[in-house]
Amino acid sequence: MKNEWPLWEIFIRGQHGMSHRHVGSLHAPDAEMAIKNARDVYTRRNEGVSIWVVEANHISASSPSDKGPLYEPSESKVYRHPTFFDIPEEVGAM
Amino acid sequence: MATPVNKEDAFSQFLLRMGDNTLILGHRVSEWCGHAPVLEEDIALANTALDLIGQTQMWLGLAAEVQGEGKSADDLAFLRDAWDFRNVLLCEVPNGDFGRTLMRQFLFDAWHSIQLGRLMKSSDERVAAIAEKASKEVAYHLERSADTVVGLGDGTEESHRRMQEALDYLWPYVGEMFQSDEADAEMVKAGIAPDPASLREEYDVLVSRILGDATLIIPDSSFAHKGGRTGAMHTEHLGHLLTQMQWLQRAYPGAKW
Repeated sequence: MKNEWPLWEIFIRGQHGMSHRHVGSLHAPDAEMAIKNARDVYTRRNEGVSIWVVEANHISASSPSDKGPLYEPSESKVYRHPTFFDIPEEVGAM
Repeated sequence: MATPVNKEDAFSQFLLRMGDNTLILGHRVSEWCGHAPVLEEDIALANTALDLIGQTQMWLGLAAEVQGEGKSADDLAFLRDAWDFRNVLLCEVPNGDFGRTLMRQFLFDAWHSIQLGRLMKSSDERVAAIAEKASKEVAYHLERSADTVVGLGDGTEESHRRMQEALDYLWPYVGEMFQSDEADAEMVKAGIAPDPASLREEYDVLVSRILGDATLIIPDSSFAHKGGRTGAMHTEHLGHLLTQMQWLQRAYPGAKW
């Protein structure tokens, strides 16, 4: 597989003020070509104003098998939601 | 192949040359659709082809308007025969391998970007407007094809060999883009378009730089095939291309999408 180009994860910002969103992945020999390929593959219908690329092997991910210890404890802690606080009128929309 | 005598004929000739270049090259590039070596390049080539076809609609649309014979851009694209086409031969040569396709694209993009830069200052505002719109697309085409030529030229032993072969094969087709005739002189006089020969210096600087980065050697020959932009003699390949491109309108005249 050494002749395969590395895999890149592509993030695109749809419009100014929004955050970049993951849209998919593609192969490219280097970062510059990854941006060009992303432009051609993911922005041909006017979807973006900014592109980030990151080589997929630089992304560290949580393990699905750790799901229990990682996420379940927070299920029973409803008090962590801010819904228990009365927000004064004068604060307005939060 | 009448020699243009007045400004209208010369203008029409100029517009056909611009539109036929983008039409024929656009069709050639579209032949890769579904066949490129990787998905990313496949889409990139299809985008380039679509850009070129879009530009064709504008150039041939204006050509039809200037001719004033009630024809449309589609009539000009699909109902003319080989001898009526005015594209340079470079645009019609077969794709060859991926390397040759990208080398041809680079050699054309470099000329195209310089030409459009000049046309943005055209005395005819319709020409200037088309050039303005097309130049953004072509700036990207050039960036991409130049990068790929450098990547493959300065790549592996095999990719370097293939790119040098592509350059050796295509170089004799470069000179035609800079040949001038009476129609060009008429366009220069009217301030509509530059003298093709005047683009050569800028072209050589650009192309030498990129091909140098690509570790490729420009053939030491100024021989140039010609006959495309005058319509005097196209290569045998154009007729084959037209049979593919035009068959539907030929078999089902007037058929609409």
